[in-house]
Amino acid sequence: MVWYIVRRVLQLVPVFLGATLLVYFLVFSLPGDATAAICGERGCTPAVVAGLREQYNLDQPFWIQYLLYLKGVLTFDLGVNFSGRPIATIIAEVFPTTAKLAIMALVIEAVFGIVFGLIAGLRKGRLFDSSVLVVSLIVIAVPIFVLGFLMQFLIGVKLQWTNPTVSGDATVTELLLPAVVLGLVSFAYVLRLTRTSVIENVNADYVRTATAKGLSRRRVVVVHVLRNSLIPVVTFLGADLGALMGGAIVTEGIFNVNGVGNTLYRAVLNGDGPMVVSIVTFLILIFCLANLLVDLLYAWLDPRIRYA
Amino acid sequence: MRFTRTSKMLSVAALAALSLSACGGGDTGSDAEAGTTDAVIVVDGSEPQNPLIPTSTNEVGGGAILDLVFAGLVSYDADGKSQNEMAESIETEDAQNYTITLKEGKTFTNGDPVTASSFVDAWNYGAAAKNAQLSSYFFESIEGYDEASAEGSTVETLSGLKVVDDRTFTVALSQPESDWPLRLGYSAFYPLPAAALEDPAAFGENPIGNGPYKFASEGAWQHNQQIELVPNEEYDGPQAAQNAGVTFKIYQNDTTAYQDLISDNLDVLKTIPTSDIKNFKNDLGERSIESPYAGNQTIAVPYYLPNWEGEAGKLRRQALSMAINRDEITEVIFNGGREPAKDFTAPVLDGYSEDLPGSENLEYNPEEAKKLWADAEKISPYDESEPLTIGYNADKGDHKTWVEAVVNNIKNNLGIEVSGKPYATFKEARTEATDETLTGALRAGWQADYPSLYNFLGPIYATGAGSNDARYSNPEFDGQLTDGLAAESVEEGNEAMNKAQEALLEDLPAIPLWYQVAQGGWSNNVDNVEFGWNGVPLYYAITGK
Repeated sequence: MVWYIVRRVLQLVPVFLGATLLVYFLVFSLPGDATAAICGERGCTPAVVAGLREQYNLDQPFWIQYLLYLKGVLTFDLGVNFSGRPIATIIAEVFPTTAKLAIMALVIEAVFGIVFGLIAGLRKGRLFDSSVLVVSLIVIAVPIFVLGFLMQFLIGVKLQWTNPTVSGDATVTELLLPAVVLGLVSFAYVLRLTRTSVIENVNADYVRTATAKGLSRRRVVVVHVLRNSLIPVVTFLGADLGALMGGAIVTEGIFNVNGVGNTLYRAVLNGDGPMVVSIVTFLILIFCLANLLVDLLYAWLDPRIRYA
Repeated sequence: MRFTRTSKMLSVAALAALSLSACGGGDTGSDAEAGTTDAVIVVDGSEPQNPLIPTSTNEVGGGAILDLVFAGLVSYDADGKSQNEMAESIETEDAQNYTITLKEGKTFTNGDPVTASSFVDAWNYGAAAKNAQLSSYFFESIEGYDEASAEGSTVETLSGLKVVDDRTFTVALSQPESDWPLRLGYSAFYPLPAAALEDPAAFGENPIGNGPYKFASEGAWQHNQQIELVPNEEYDGPQAAQNAGVTFKIYQNDTTAYQDLISDNLDVLKTIPTSDIKNFKNDLGERSIESPYAGNQTIAVPYYLPNWEGEAGKLRRQALSMAINRDEITEVIFNGGREPAKDFTAPVLDGYSEDLPGSENLEYNPEEAKKLWADAEKISPYDESEPLTIGYNADKGDHKTWVEAVVNNIKNNLGIEVSGKPYATFKEARTEATDETLTGALRAGWQADYPSLYNFLGPIYATGAGSNDARYSNPEFDGQLTDGLAAESVEEGNEAMNKAQEALLEDLPAIPLWYQVAQGGWSNNVDNVEFGWNGVPLYYAITGK
C-alpha cells in the first residue's frame, strides 16, 4: 500500500515535466507578440519593447525560456507575471477562493446526487424516478451560463436574497449561489450514475444473501447496495474536482469570483507564458492527486480490490 | 451631438429638480451641495495592468486611480478645459522654452513638499530607456529625449529639463509646440516623491500622491478585487472630494457589473454592457447618462497592400467611406449611443469643426461610391484574389456586430467581396500592425490622452508615428502639423490642425466611423454623477443621497 502510493507520487514527476513543456510550448506558439499586450493600443517605443523583452526573457529562444522557467520552479521561484507581480503570490490569493467554491459545489452535487440517485434507483420506474430523470435531463441540456445568468437575475437581482456578485472576501454565504450553479450539471450526472449503479447492484448475489441473512433493509441498502454502487460515482467526482478547480471560468466570470479560472483566462489573453504554465501545472498536480485519492478509496469501498 | 447633449442636460435638470438642489452641472463640484458628503461611493474599475507609477500606466484601469491619487501641473475640468493645479504659472515666449512655477506649500501625503525636482526627476525617470517605462514617448518633445530614450542608452536625464529653485524649473523643447502645456494634465507628467524612485516596485503597490484622494491604507489595492481611496485632507485644488471615499470594485466583465448596479450594490457604472444597451434607459430612467467624450472609432486600410496603393487606393478608400451608412449603424446597432463622424478628432475638443472641406467624404453616398470605385478600376484593376477583410479583436469590446454591419454596407453598395476578420486576442492584431503584416483593414479606437486636436492627428497619421498602422505618409500633412504646433496660440494652432485635416479627409488613411459616447448609470444611493471630457465619471464630485 505504501509502495503503491510512493510509486504513484513518483509518476507525477514525468507528468509534471511533460505537462509544463507542452503547455509552455503551446503558449509560446500563440500568435502575437506578448509585449503588444503590455503596450496596448498606442504601442511602445522600440527601446521600451526591447527592455520588456529582456525583462521577461522573451528575447531568448524557446528552450532557454523553458529551462529558465524550470530552474525557477526547482528553486521555488515561479517568477513574476507581466504585471510584475510574483506568480506564487497570485496563486496563493486566488487558490483558496476557488478551492472553497469547488469543494462547496462538490459537496452539493455529491450529497444531492447520491441521495436522489439512490431513492430513484430503489424505486425504479415509479413517479419519483421518472420526474428526477426528466429534471436531470433538463439540467444537463441547459448550458451553464444560461443557468448562471438566470439564477443571478432571479435570486440576486429580483428577489435580492443574496448579492448578485461575490465580494473580495468570498464568504461561504456569497459563494453558495455560484456553487449551486457550478454543482447543478454534475449533480445530474452523479444522480444518473448512482441510479444505474444501484439498479444493477440491487439484484446482485451478495445483496440477496444479505437480505436472506435477515439484515435490516436500512443496513442492506446503505452498506451493501450503496457502498458498492459508489465506485463509478467516486471516479466521476474525483475527475470533477479537477475540472471544477480549473474549469469554472464561466461561472467565475458571471459571479465575478476572483478565482483560478478567471486568472487563467486573463493570462491566456495576455500571452503571459509563465503565469499560464504555473497555473496549469498546479491544476494538473491537483488533478493527479485527486485521482490518486479516488484510487485509494476504491479499496475502502470494495474490499475485493487490493493494491500491490 | 445636439440630441445627446440636450438629453444629458434634461436628466441633470430633472435630478436637480427632484433633489431640490441648485446643481448647475457640478463642473467644479464646489457649488453643488445637494446630497451628503459622508458617503463612500462604490464604482466599477478594472485591474491596473502595471504597478501604479504614472509613467508605466498606459491603460484606463490604472489611469482612473492615478488621476485621483495624483495632481499634475494642470488638470482638466468636465469640458476638457485646462486649469492650473500644482502650477502657479506656465510661461513661454516662443512656445519652445517654458518656465514653470509651482504653487507654494503643496505636499505629498507623506509630508514631502512638491518641488521642482518632484517633476523633473519623475520625467527623467519616465523618459530614460533603462527604466523601460511604457509611456516614455510622452516626453519626446523635450530636448535630450532622443539620447535618453535610445535603445541601450544609459543617459538618465533629459538635457531640456533644468531645476532653477525649489518652485521653478525650465523646459526646453526640441521644436516649438504651442499645445504642449495642454498635455501636462496627462498622468505621465505627474510628480513623484523621492521615495518613488528609490523603490519603484514597492511604490507602485502603495503610491503616495498629491491628488484629491489617497490610498485608504497600506495594501488598499486588493488585487483583482478592489481599490479603496479616501479623500486627501491636505488637497485644496479644484477637484476636492465631495464624498467620504471612492472604492473601485474590480469586475471581470461589464455584464456582471450591470447586475450589481440594478440591485444597488454598485453606485456608478461607466460602461453599460452591449447586451443591455437597448434597455438600460428603461431600467435606470433618470439614473442613466449618455455623454459624448473625446474618442472615436476608425478602420484603417494599410498603404502597403497592393490593391490600396497610390491614386487608385485613394479613390477606393473614398468609395469605402461613402458606402458606409453611419447614421443607420449608430442608430440601429448602438441605439443612438454613437455620433456619426464628421472629422478625425472629436466634438468635445476645443477647435472642433463639423464641416471641414472634404467632410462630405464621410457622408453616405452609394451612387458616388460606385462611381469612385469604377474610376479606381480604370487606373488599376482590383485584384479579386485578395478580398478585403476588416480585422477586429474579439477578446475585448464588442466589435463583431458593427464590423458585420459595415461589411454588409460595403458589399451591397460596391458589390465587392468583404468579410470581417476576428483576431482571437488584441495582441495578435497589434503584432501584425507593428510588423506590417496586416492582410486587410484593421479597426482602431483612439481615446484622447489630453484634450487637444493634435493628440488625434500627430500620433496616428504623421510619417513614422507610433500608432500609424496604415503607414500613411504625406509630407504636406506633416508640414501642416509642424506649423500647427509652432503656432503662437492654441487658437491659431487649432486652425492649422483643421487645415491639416483637409489632407486626411481627402486621403482617408483611416476611415472615421463615429465618435464615442459614454453610456453609464448610477444607483439609487448617489447623486451628482457627471462624466468628463474623456468619458470617465468625475468621481470627486459624486455625493451620497
